[in-house]
Amino acid sequence: MVVFDKPKSLTDAQLHYCPGCTHGIIHRLVAEAIDTLGIEGKAIGVAPVGCAVMAYNYFACDMVEAAHGRAPAVATGIKRSLPENIVFTYQGDGDLASIGMAETVHAATRNENITVIFVNNAIYGMTGGQMAPTSLPGQVTQTSPYGRDVKTAGYPVKIAELLSALDGPEFIARVAVNNVKNVKQAKKTIQKAFENQINGKGFSLVEVISSCPTNWGMTPDAALKWIDDNMIPYYPLGVFKDKSAKEEG
Amino acid sequence: MENKVLMKGNEAIAEAAIRAGCRHYFGYPITPQTELAAYMAKRMPKINGTFLQAESEIAAINMVYGVAGTGKRVMTSSSSPGISLKQEGISYIAGSDLPCLIVNVQRGGPGLGGIQPSQSDYFQATKGGGHGDYHLIVLAPSSVQEMADLTALGFDLADKYRMPAMLLADGTIGQMMEPVVLAEEKEISKVNKPWAVTGTEMKREHNIINSLYLAPDELEQKNFERYEKYKVVEENEARYESFMMEDAEYCVVAFGIAARVSKNAVVAARKQGIKVGLIRPITLWPFPKKAIADAASKVKGFLSVELSTGQMIEDIKLAENCKVPVELCCRVGGMIMSPDEVLGSIKKLMGGAK
Ligand SMILES: Cc1ncc(C[n+]2csc(CCOP(=O)(O)OP(=O)(O)O)c2C)c(N)n1
Ligand code: SF4
Ligand SMILES: [Mg+2]
Repeated sequence: MVVFDKPKSLTDAQLHYCPGCTHGIIHRLVAEAIDTLGIEGKAIGVAPVGCAVMAYNYFACDMVEAAHGRAPAVATGIKRSLPENIVFTYQGDGDLASIGMAETVHAATRNENITVIFVNNAIYGMTGGQMAPTSLPGQVTQTSPYGRDVKTAGYPVKIAELLSALDGPEFIARVAVNNVKNVKQAKKTIQKAFENQINGKGFSLVEVISSCPTNWGMTPDAALKWIDDNMIPYYPLGVFKDKSAKEEG
Repeated sequence: MENKVLMKGNEAIAEAAIRAGCRHYFGYPITPQTELAAYMAKRMPKINGTFLQAESEIAAINMVYGVAGTGKRVMTSSSSPGISLKQEGISYIAGSDLPCLIVNVQRGGPGLGGIQPSQSDYFQATKGGGHGDYHLIVLAPSSVQEMADLTALGFDLADKYRMPAMLLADGTIGQMMEPVVLAEEKEISKVNKPWAVTGTEMKREHNIINSLYLAPDELEQKNFERYEKYKVVEENEARYESFMMEDAEYCVVAFGIAARVSKNAVVAARKQGIKVGLIRPITLWPFPKKAIADAASKVKGFLSVELSTGQMIEDIKLAENCKVPVELCCRVGGMIMSPDEVLGSIKKLMGGAK
């Protein structure tokens, strides 16, 4: 009996993520959605600049590596060129919510028919733990050594709330992957974000609250608990926008 | 049948691109190239193509990167300040070995500069522009006809060598109306693009469009391979027009609008018995080095006529290798020299040259 199998749409390459990092779980959920929907042969993924930069080696479908923050623009080009293919981006918070904010907002407002997986770990993981646009008030990082001071560094960006205020996007949700219950919900939500694209509904973004034990300076366990205690209270989970559900309901 | 139509330079680029099989255009408004985008906005929806006004030049060039990765013909256009913003994307496109066409209808700089014609992006266009070791094929039209012809050539060369091409025009030729013969819509020469991302259809290994090589030896290898390709391009694709050079004792070098002014000056000089000719680079990269070097063994001096404080002059000096003096005739900031000014500079060169 097979108890645990690797999704087919992940390659055999060994993931380089730190022990306990939830990037790996999110990769798996994306791959499971691709497998379940049988779209690997049509899928084209866009990798970010961030810890997931090498995602192009991990997903078995065709992949493009984008410049920092530009993935939604690159995905727009791909989707306009090949509207029958399934195009997704996989981006961190520095990538999507800071340097790539314009590309994110405008792809959303155009209701570009793509799927965006947004990994919010409240930190710049790859560059060694600098403050991200999503770092929490008071959060200590390499570039906020006394804790994020909202008076000088401003407040965290709540992407799901921000984008759901736009008329354009089809589907905006926030999930977490810090326990079994949340992972199950995340799996369903990510699959829905791909189904929307298949059904021609438009821009679907899933913000995934993720951990960075390395740069948070915590054990993997403590990091998962920190998500419950600090991240989720600031970034509530749920569906923020679902145009079709509104129409149907 | 020859089909001559009267067109603005910017519109000629757009129509020629469509006839060359380009069905994807991404841009952001900027003077003096707006007619090009407006033309695309009208035509593309009628022929099942994409016209998209992006949120910025950065987004536009990254959309180009996306389409180029799928193997389709794609272009963007802008003017100097917007081209600066595109440099990040251009570097990624060059680093991923993707073909596309970028149009720069230059205006005066630096900074916000002005909106009048200029050639002051020569360095940026011919020496890479963005970060890293790379080149673009740079084409310099000097008539509305060439706006059309070099657009088509740009797409062909970009596909052939798997590298981005740039049409380096200026505001004058962009705005100018001239009769132009447009090529018939042609079947795009089918360049095989097995590297393109089109979905694996579960029939092949996945393709990856990428410019990241963390292992230095691999990145070095990639750069060397690209430079081997660049050598082939330099050997085979340098283009120029030679005008009254057979018996010339002096050589004017100019491209684009400056070449048109210079041609008039050469004709005027000939009437006064001055033996002067013109070499007009049509490709700025690869620069027609051999033509300049050959001329250097015959003429007593070169005059670089440019709408910059002296950028192309450096390539002339490299090519002629200190054989004879090289002088500059320039106007900048949107000003254009008159044929008389060029003639004056030719006479000055004659006075100084031994
Ligand atoms: C234009 C540019 N600026 C900066 C960098 C450096 N850089 C690489 S990754 C990164 C931050 C990534 O953080 P995030 O998007 O949150 O992803 P994570 O690593 O946390 O998953 C930065 C700033 C870069 N590669 N390119
Ligand atoms: S640095 Fe953080 S986000 Fe990056 S792999 Fe390690 S734990 Fe994950
Ligand atoms: Mg991050």
